Amino acid sequence: MTAAATLVPARAARGGERLAGTGRLLRLALRRDRVRLTAWLLGVAGLTVYASAALETTYPTAADRQARGEVMSNPAAVMLSGPGYGLEDYTLGAMVANEVALTAMIAAAIMSVLLTVRHTRADEEDGRTELVGAGAVGRRAPLTAALALVGLADAAIALLVTAGLAGSGFAGADSLAVGAGIGLTGLVFGSVAAVTAQLTAYARAASGTALAVLATAAVVRGAGDVLREGGSALSWFSPIAWAQQTRAFVDLRWWPLALSAVLVAALVRTAYELVGRRDVGAGLVPPRPGPAAASARLTGVVALAGRLQRAAILGWGVAVLLLGVVYGSITDSVTDLLAENERVAEALEAIGGAGSLADSFAATIGLYLTLVVAAFAVSSVLRVHGEETAGRAGLMLAAAVDRRRLLGGSLAVTVAAAVLLTVVAGLGTGLAAAAVTGDADQLGRLFGAVLTPLPAVLVVAGVAAVLVGIAPGRAVLAWAAVAWVVLVGLFGPLLKLPEWVTRLSPFGWLPAVPAEPADPAPLVGLTLLAAALVAVALAGFRRRDLTA
Amino acid sequence: MSPTPAVEVRGLTKTFGRVRALDGLDLTVPAGEVTGFLGPNGAGKSTTIRVLLGLLRADAGTARLLGGDPWADAVRLHRRLAYVPGEVVLWPTLTGGEAIDLLGRLRGPVEPQRKAELLERFELDPTKKTRTYSKGNRQKVALVAALAADVELLVLDEPTAGLDPLMEAVFTQCIREARAAGRSVLLSSHILAEVEKLCDTVTIIRAGRTVESGTLDELRHLTRTTVTAVTDGDPAGLADLPGVHDLAAHDGRVTFSVDAAQLGTVVRALGGLGVRSLTSVPPSLEDLFLRHYGEELAGAGVQ
Repeated sequence: MTAAATLVPARAARGGERLAGTGRLLRLALRRDRVRLTAWLLGVAGLTVYASAALETTYPTAADRQARGEVMSNPAAVMLSGPGYGLEDYTLGAMVANEVALTAMIAAAIMSVLLTVRHTRADEEDGRTELVGAGAVGRRAPLTAALALVGLADAAIALLVTAGLAGSGFAGADSLAVGAGIGLTGLVFGSVAAVTAQLTAYARAASGTALAVLATAAVVRGAGDVLREGGSALSWFSPIAWAQQTRAFVDLRWWPLALSAVLVAALVRTAYELVGRRDVGAGLVPPRPGPAAASARLTGVVALAGRLQRAAILGWGVAVLLLGVVYGSITDSVTDLLAENERVAEALEAIGGAGSLADSFAATIGLYLTLVVAAFAVSSVLRVHGEETAGRAGLMLAAAVDRRRLLGGSLAVTVAAAVLLTVVAGLGTGLAAAAVTGDADQLGRLFGAVLTPLPAVLVVAGVAAVLVGIAPGRAVLAWAAVAWVVLVGLFGPLLKLPEWVTRLSPFGWLPAVPAEPADPAPLVGLTLLAAALVAVALAGFRRRDLTA
Repeated sequence: MSPTPAVEVRGLTKTFGRVRALDGLDLTVPAGEVTGFLGPNGAGKSTTIRVLLGLLRADAGTARLLGGDPWADAVRLHRRLAYVPGEVVLWPTLTGGEAIDLLGRLRGPVEPQRKAELLERFELDPTKKTRTYSKGNRQKVALVAALAADVELLVLDEPTAGLDPLMEAVFTQCIREARAAGRSVLLSSHILAEVEKLCDTVTIIRAGRTVESGTLDELRHLTRTTVTAVTDGDPAGLADLPGVHDLAAHDGRVTFSVDAAQLGTVVRALGGLGVRSLTSVPPSLEDLFLRHYGEELAGAGVQ
């Protein structure tokens, strides 16, 4: 029975063999991701430190900060910040821990999920793990290398944030608590992804499941903190709460971070258990078969564009709805606050038009939300370009599909979705404002403010369509158009740009509803311009060669 | 007067920037016949097909597809043809079955029994998302969608690239059936055996130009038969006969190649030498192909 004996390696050798090649794989991962990692680290840590340091400029006096602190007990604000430690004496440090840290934690968590899946399940799905596994590489090595990479990245973020905060004059120990909280929260969700990557055979499902866990954790933490200032029992079910419960800059305690560390250890152990029980390439949850035939609704290019974009439309819809609800529910309290902060009030007036502060704020909300819709619209228009470069547009055109129908059908989906998102954002803002103030008029006022910029959104989409139709090689320039309207829209008035410059953005032609009356001339003009751009795009797409 | 050819291309020219992809190319697919379209990678096969599908606009020359203009009448003509690209890219979130139905519906009505029958023959599971398909399975999706269509012309761009030998046999059978049903087929390929098996006529192109075109028999006349014989007499004199090439004699065994036109003369001369054994290998498409691309192969170090 020597043959059978050799199949079971000596126990002593097994531990080392299962990890063989981990170091090489880690170096490979660092080499593959050197740009990606640098961008994530600098982005997450840099923005966190910058936002923290900038608080002093925005809220220079204790009175400014205290006014801010009062706004932050609003339920919508609590959902987007923290448990609210230190609101009664809202120092800059307390602001960092309460408001800035959450965004950084979620960013670190998203980074960790994407990196973990990229180096585990995505490699496996693409067949690279098979190639690597045929070498002298242990069964546990790919997972270990991925976790090591994510651990290094989160540790680097923790260190950079700590050093940045301490360097900006914040207390060292509390800075470390914030930095470590961000890094550990990232690692918790990276470990969640290490488990989900074992469950399903597809990278997208693995990262989607882990991100859904993150979203649930964010909502549970928010809801728990809304129930009671400082967090209720519900909050403690969320790993995000643990990092916030260190009470950094208020009344520092370390032990909540131990919960994160214990959860990481448990999740990693589970992932290793699972990796030892399954075949390479397979998931523990078998993939479900899909329909063998297309439904009767999948009849042509419009139905296909709708089907391919529905998940994205839903995602953007939830985002603008939440954003609208948050803005809507704080309009009332913000207006009071702004009355006391002259600099912000001036800025708001420049963006949102002269008139009452509440009107300026409403117009500003309308602009912000529609800029988000403009970004969606461009990403949606560029889908046709994606279909073309992937070669699927050729497949459709080789069937009996007219070119104008292919581009026009997709653009119709874009326009319909942009209108839908704007209406959803407007309703969310208006209803939230009406509910918070108990004033039903708020609904119409804010709905109008959000809906008015829609023609400008269509012009931006039209520019993207022209690029796709005429200059497919430069289609990504459509994002430059988005950057331009965002820059001019948000900073133009503050930078005191001359009017002709702001009018190079379609948003520069809009009446600042409700501060100003809804003058129909620019709205009709912009809509006609958008239609003309689409016509040019269709004519161009009909005449040119297909690129792939 | 024969019926209008399914495809008729004359002097087709297409440049991309400074690269001249097509340089006066000619191609005819007679109605109801299978035409092989041969050439090495980069010769312009796919570019020609993309012009025929109205995806690219020709710079010069004429192209007629089913009697119409492939650019201006694209949609009308596409209802009468089906296309299988060499590299099939599908929508990753759709299942194979959904992709087949979608591609069919974009052209016209779909026959469910025909689709079911082809799925069975090609052994394709239509319930899997196309993202999980191998290259061969993606190819099968496009093949099933094309073969299930009730069309006059099949345009196939290296359609068997990812198929295993069993599936290639199924494909061969399907093309024979299509021909029997009166369909015309343009089959671009560099698998010579496939073309020899299936095609009535062949067009060979190189660097965007047609170098040979005709029926397989006509083309065979252009090439040489390889003869091996054992003779009583000394065969060295054969080398002086017109049309004899590459003669090598050793221990009474002689091997040479001979132009089709001179075959009769050479056989008579061989008879005078007292033949004890004789084999002759008819010219294959491969010989023809290698003769046209011989210099490129020599450049690449292949004998």
